[in-house]
Amino acid sequence: MATDYSKYLRMDKLPLYWCPGCGNGTILKSIITAIDELGWKNDDIMMVSGIGCSSRATGYVDFHTIHTLHGRALPVATAIKMCHPGMHVVVVSGDGDSTAIGGNHFIHACRRNIDLTLVVVDNWIYGMTGGQYSPLTPTGTKGSTMPRGNIDPNFDIVKLAEGAGATYIARSSVAEPVILKNYIKKGLEHTGISVIDAMSNCHIQWGRRNKFGDPVKLVNHIKEITISKTKAAKMTEEELKGKYITGIFRDDKDKKEYTQAYKELIEKAQNE
Amino acid sequence: MAKAQIMNGNELISEGAIVAGCRFYAGYPITPSSEIPEHLSKRMPEVGGIFVQFEDEIASCMAAVGASYAGYKSMTASSGPGISLKQEAIGLACMMELPLVVVNVMRGGPSTGLPTRVSQADYMQARWGTHGDHMIIAVAPETLLETYTETIRAFNMAEKYRTPVYILSDAVLAHLNGRVELPDESELEIIGRTQPTVDPKEFYPYDVERFGDVPPLPNAENFHKYRFHMTGLNKDKTGFPTVDVKAVEDDEERMIRKITDNIKDIESFEYYKTDDADMVVVAYGSNAAAARVAVDDARNAGIKVGMFRPITVWPFPEKQVAELGKNFNKILVTEINLGQMLFEVERVVKGNADISTVLQAAGVPIRPQQILDKIKEVS
Repeated sequence: MATDYSKYLRMDKLPLYWCPGCGNGTILKSIITAIDELGWKNDDIMMVSGIGCSSRATGYVDFHTIHTLHGRALPVATAIKMCHPGMHVVVVSGDGDSTAIGGNHFIHACRRNIDLTLVVVDNWIYGMTGGQYSPLTPTGTKGSTMPRGNIDPNFDIVKLAEGAGATYIARSSVAEPVILKNYIKKGLEHTGISVIDAMSNCHIQWGRRNKFGDPVKLVNHIKEITISKTKAAKMTEEELKGKYITGIFRDDKDKKEYTQAYKELIEKAQNE
Repeated sequence: MAKAQIMNGNELISEGAIVAGCRFYAGYPITPSSEIPEHLSKRMPEVGGIFVQFEDEIASCMAAVGASYAGYKSMTASSGPGISLKQEAIGLACMMELPLVVVNVMRGGPSTGLPTRVSQADYMQARWGTHGDHMIIAVAPETLLETYTETIRAFNMAEKYRTPVYILSDAVLAHLNGRVELPDESELEIIGRTQPTVDPKEFYPYDVERFGDVPPLPNAENFHKYRFHMTGLNKDKTGFPTVDVKAVEDDEERMIRKITDNIKDIESFEYYKTDDADMVVVAYGSNAAAARVAVDDARNAGIKVGMFRPITVWPFPEKQVAELGKNFNKILVTEINLGQMLFEVERVVKGNADISTVLQAAGVPIRPQQILDKIKEVS
């Protein structure tokens, strides 16, 4: 059944201010479709964002929404979830927002295992401010602050989330929107923190500097460099060089969720 | 009936917060404010409230802002460098117009400074610490009892005016243990934010046209049914970003006006032995206790001196201090820094009185004798 997007969007805020062809639209659509499939009510959903192109998503959706500060969506989301454990809390955050300025909050939200869904719009660049390199910019590629090519090694969000203790971790891309939607949906259903590395195309700020100025060309490039876990298992290390492995990397239902742990703490304190 | 307790300033701020209805505390360990999170980590779960020690000062203040958005009365506390780190979140609370109480247990600085020692050197930071035009409310308790009562007043003002409020305590008050008779809870006035009654479809978080300068904002109970947007960008009445010149100008001016127009309700000060005085000492916070002793000693020595003590230190009591300038030839400003409130006193006295000072930034309280010596010198 087709999704009635107008149920979830603030139609008076359209058109989207994102560049034509931007992956943000695909990812927002994936989130909305997943929510629609779950049958969640708008009143029960809290969407939190930081600063950046993708963080403007909160302005377009007809949920409870708060557009916070650069890198700080997760502490705000954590607090709101603690205050209203019954609400579904979704965080949309860019790669710079979540792994550079918000990197500390990222690892600690994963460690606590608080029940919220973090969708990292991973387009390898600071788009809004004009194409500066982020911790996800592939080494060797250009940004406005790396005109000779990035010398920084880049993060692997999946490994970062694994190391920090997140309990649901997946990676997909805008080149496979149905799979992306399914991974987000599973993340939304998961009790505990779910981290979805949603690889996206910024053909304007990253693409134009790296011979991928056309959105179709860049999405095709993302398609080429992403390899599913199953396929990757049959490939050699040499063949996997420069590739991003997609799939669900962790789906752990055993680790205690944070609001539940806090609820038990209250019970303990009140029964002393 | 009053109940007597032996507690220190940090514990009293914590208990004041609970009585005021605070049910969310987020913090990070730092001297000399750490007894606040220690105390609240025990107490919050007992009263069904939330306590979280976050990964850093920034996260803890942002979480307090998030909890306030979610309808909770929330607080964070810190000192020195921790307060510097919280500034962006305090600015967000200013812009989003969210109630928030920030405790600054002042210690020496700049930088790491003197972590265990007293100071009042964050007086100006409280006013101007976060960027952009904004107004702020700050209270400075002098006594242990006031750490409790001023905390309650801080929450009331935060809720009433949808604004961050600072409690400027210091290392002396924080660790001073004493017997305090707390007022009976039934005698306290506890204020919560005004609740919206409109249809949720017609609710806007900044509907100033319908509801005046401080519009209603859902509390935790009503949060679920009112869906709205908030942003740190300049906003219009709906809560969405705007760059409309008129809308931005009106909003910026209103955010200041909502405090300055209500100054009668917000201001708090004390005149001590000023009626027949020839000169007046201006002091605040724990330093006012030293000034009070100096005033008494000077009077015993036959010098007619009094004290003016701002309790609400921001907004600065301009009217009252301007009058001091007209009514007294001599004003003595004393503070545990190298001269910060001094700038404000000079600004409003406009040369109408001779201003002398007892200022010290050495990590120790100013002794009454130092103030007394100055009173004798200039009287």
